[in-house]
Amino acid sequence: MSVYNQPRKRVIQLIFLGMVSLIVMRLFFLQVVETKYSKLADANAHLRKVIYPSRGIIYDRHGRAVLRNEALYDLMVTPANVKKIDTAYLCEILQIDMEEFRKRIARAINKEGRVRPSVFASLLPQDMYGKLQESMYMFQPGFELVLRPVRSYTYGVGASFLGYISEIPPSLLADSLGRWSAYQQGDYLGRTGLENTYESILMGQRGIQYLVKDNLNRPQGSLENGEFDTAAIAGKNLRLALDIELQVLGERMMQGKVGSIVAIDPKTGGILTMVSGPTFDPNLLSGSYRGQNFNKLYQDTTSPLYNRAIQAMYPPGSTFKPITGLIALDEGVITPSFGYPCHGGYAQCGRFIRCTHSNPGHAANMRTAMANSCNAYFMHLYRLSVDNAKWGGTMKGQAKWTEYLNAMGFGVRLGVDIPSEARGIVPDTSRMNYRYRGQWNSCSEVYVGMGQGLLGVTPLQLANAMCILANRGHYYLPHFVESIDGDNSDILKKYKEKHSVAHISDEAFSSVVLGMEDVVTHGTARGAQIEGVAVCGKTGTAENKARINGKIVQLKDHSLFVGFAPKDDPKIAIAVVVENAGFGSTYAVPIASILMEKYLTDTISAKRRPILQRMMETVTMSSEMRAKSKLDSLNKVNYSAAQGDDLLRKIIAN
Amino acid sequence: MNRPQAKLTAGIDWPIFGLYLALVFIGFLAIFAAEYREGDNIVQNLLSQNKNWARQVLWFGVSIVLATGIWLTDSKFFTATANLLYAFGILLLLLVLAIGTGVKGSNSWLELGGFRFQPAEFTKLCTNLALAKYLSSMETDFTKMRSRLIASAMVLAPCAIIILQDETGLALVYFAFFLVMFREGLPGIILVIAFSGIILVLSALLVDKYILFYIFTGITALVIYFSRREIRRKRSRLVLILSIWAFCSAFVMAVVPFVFTKVLKDYQVRRIEVMLGKENDPKATYNTRQSMIAIGSGGFWGKGYLKGTQTRFDFVPEQSTDFIFCTIGEDFGFMGSIIFIGLYVALLFRIIFIAERQRSTFSRVYAYGVASIIFFHLFINIAMTIGLAPVIGIPLPLVSYGGSSLMTFTMLIFIMLRLDADRQMVLR
Repeated sequence: MSVYNQPRKRVIQLIFLGMVSLIVMRLFFLQVVETKYSKLADANAHLRKVIYPSRGIIYDRHGRAVLRNEALYDLMVTPANVKKIDTAYLCEILQIDMEEFRKRIARAINKEGRVRPSVFASLLPQDMYGKLQESMYMFQPGFELVLRPVRSYTYGVGASFLGYISEIPPSLLADSLGRWSAYQQGDYLGRTGLENTYESILMGQRGIQYLVKDNLNRPQGSLENGEFDTAAIAGKNLRLALDIELQVLGERMMQGKVGSIVAIDPKTGGILTMVSGPTFDPNLLSGSYRGQNFNKLYQDTTSPLYNRAIQAMYPPGSTFKPITGLIALDEGVITPSFGYPCHGGYAQCGRFIRCTHSNPGHAANMRTAMANSCNAYFMHLYRLSVDNAKWGGTMKGQAKWTEYLNAMGFGVRLGVDIPSEARGIVPDTSRMNYRYRGQWNSCSEVYVGMGQGLLGVTPLQLANAMCILANRGHYYLPHFVESIDGDNSDILKKYKEKHSVAHISDEAFSSVVLGMEDVVTHGTARGAQIEGVAVCGKTGTAENKARINGKIVQLKDHSLFVGFAPKDDPKIAIAVVVENAGFGSTYAVPIASILMEKYLTDTISAKRRPILQRMMETVTMSSEMRAKSKLDSLNKVNYSAAQGDDLLRKIIAN
Repeated sequence: MNRPQAKLTAGIDWPIFGLYLALVFIGFLAIFAAEYREGDNIVQNLLSQNKNWARQVLWFGVSIVLATGIWLTDSKFFTATANLLYAFGILLLLLVLAIGTGVKGSNSWLELGGFRFQPAEFTKLCTNLALAKYLSSMETDFTKMRSRLIASAMVLAPCAIIILQDETGLALVYFAFFLVMFREGLPGIILVIAFSGIILVLSALLVDKYILFYIFTGITALVIYFSRREIRRKRSRLVLILSIWAFCSAFVMAVVPFVFTKVLKDYQVRRIEVMLGKENDPKATYNTRQSMIAIGSGGFWGKGYLKGTQTRFDFVPEQSTDFIFCTIGEDFGFMGSIIFIGLYVALLFRIIFIAERQRSTFSRVYAYGVASIIFFHLFINIAMTIGLAPVIGIPLPLVSYGGSSLMTFTMLIFIMLRLDADRQMVLR
């Protein structure tokens, strides 16, 4: 019976084998021939996570951290885990309403889905964090606090040169040259100041961690025990020439004033302080309220984001006279004993340009002319230099003269290590041709000899010129960063190079320097005297005009002072500009003097403390501008516990 | 029978028993791999029964008890109760239709004191027994059309009820019984026609209907040309050839478009199109795609046990039930898959061998039924995971997680072993 239909057994066996071999063939194709599936599986399961190194810290010359990292917290939400919490209480702590709460949850779901955490509230202010921390157990596991390091400006000063970081803007990410290809959306990047210039050093090296993830993108552990991971390398620390005490003093004295201060160590070119007034607490641009603060600062009438120390161009006024003198001496058109018979003005150019002094002999030689700030003398020197027969014509003489200025750092970018430096204006031939349509002579812009006319200099350039005088003929490129911890690249090499610009005898030099000393001992800068220190200086009261509603209006003079000290072993060169404040001696001199005293003697003598107090209190800014500005109210909010005021009290009490 | 004195295991077919244990054990390993996460407490999971693999251990225990019970039962019991069981099975299916519980879109489950049970699995066993009983009865002459129709009806009745429960996959399995009927004498031409029909349907779906029409016409013309002598002798040949041509053309040009636009629901059309690769809906293809990635990424040697990222991190859905083969394909690669499928082929061939050594038709038909059901499950399930068949939820015998499935296949196999042990008896 069982043999009945027996051959059909074979058929059934063949059907079985045929179908199974179909499967085996398909498996062979999938598993052996086709290779894309293992890549697809890896793409499914591998997660590349960037590990951010801690950003480098910035120290001042005495090793005080002026820009460091502070721990703030983000409140993260995982929507799927939010169950039975006291929503009202959470809203109360976060100071939001239920509507906002729902909106943020919806946004979180929209952004990362239900099972992955996303930011609910970022960079919580300290008090909010404190309250949340206490009651966190009530909101877990749906809500968690996650550490987010932010930049913290210890003393709340240095906004103009330290700069700030922010999320990389889409425009940079889309950069066609791929300079920012290492960055991803949401990465932070130094946008201005040192944070920008030294971005690659401060940032450190990002690490990469490979994780395995599940179907909902939740990390499930490291891949192959971290075999492919690279560790993050922390950013390198910067050590500045900056003296934070000078910075705090300078910024406090520039309160209520528009202008700037630059002080440089002439021996190295290191910038001791750079103030652009009015300024703001840089902590405003770090942490929780960066966005809204930035808008307020951006729109403020006093333009606090504008770094006047390197971007504003001023007529230097009389502070330019040492430069005019130096060029004339170097060209050899005069000797230090050269005198000019000034009778209260300069009349050789067809008009009478007044001087302050008219007594005979006040410009008998370089020293006295400098001490008395004789306009006629220096205008004459300018004309002598430009009309010098040696060059063959005024045109060439003017070109030579501006060449001198360029060598001294005027009319060019000095190359300081923060971005957005302005060039300034010098009366080069093309500019002269443009203004006078090709018809000009040494009389056309004769005012430049006394620092007016076709001249625009930045406070940094002025301070740098003082370094040249202090060093008797050479300077180093002004810079903030003196050294980088653990760095042996040659990024700082250009700041160690000596630039020689004048080649005149010490005797000739001393005629200018002694003249400047006289200015301090018995001239316009008597307020700059420091007990036991030979200070050299020059005040300036610069006329300036501005176009207001289409009309050119003469504004109140700028108050300027430049100088260096001590005379024979200079340790500080300084330039101070207070816009529209009147005489150089009223504001610029005392401000510079206090800073020099503090730097050279490490204290402020008791009898000069009232001056400091007065400088910190006086307001020279126009009342209109001050009334519209919201800067004071912004600065009053102490976001992080900035220690600037503590430092100031210590300095004064010392 | 004077068996009680004999050893308990006397007459058992050890190869089948060994393969059964091997497959169940591999199944346990695969379910464990699909669920285990680093740091899981195995003992606690086992005791609290909160994982599929832990529950599968329990189901295996229950299955062994059932198997022992069957082994100790007299063979005559199965012949005697075959029709009764079949009636009971049909009743259960109807009951489910009335009061069944829904799991994932189908209403094929019965709740019994906290346990869910799928009668559609169980009725395979009943139908197999009843078919064996019918084909082996003295009155049945399987060369008669009437007997063939009755046998087909016995098979198609539960199939129809299960389709009503929306368990298309499980219903399709009943077509496996036609292989058994083929073995018992159903003309081969029926299988050939069925096979040609499948080819016709597939080509109608894949190829443009006008092109197909030209192809059919061309083939017909060639056939007429080459068989012109025969046609001259017998005019009816020409009529036959022309009517086949007319049927195929009408099917392609009219029936298939009509079914697609009027009869099938949208999601069914989409499923078919996705399966045929005509449509690339990422949502509809997600399961198949992830499953193919899992198996394909296993490579030749596999990633190693518990190393598969696709299964370990839940990319593959239903991975302890319908898609259990992914775990094997990913962790053990091509070699592992071949060995695994080889075990099934060995099981199938051993069952055919056993079937052919039976003296009674009942045992033979029953054994062929077991082989056909296992084969059908195996083929559809694996073909589904590697993108050769649409995703219809049927488990991999003995390997997929699931109490109903494991118990049903255990009973199917052990009844066969019991019958085989008593193969000297003539059963009706």
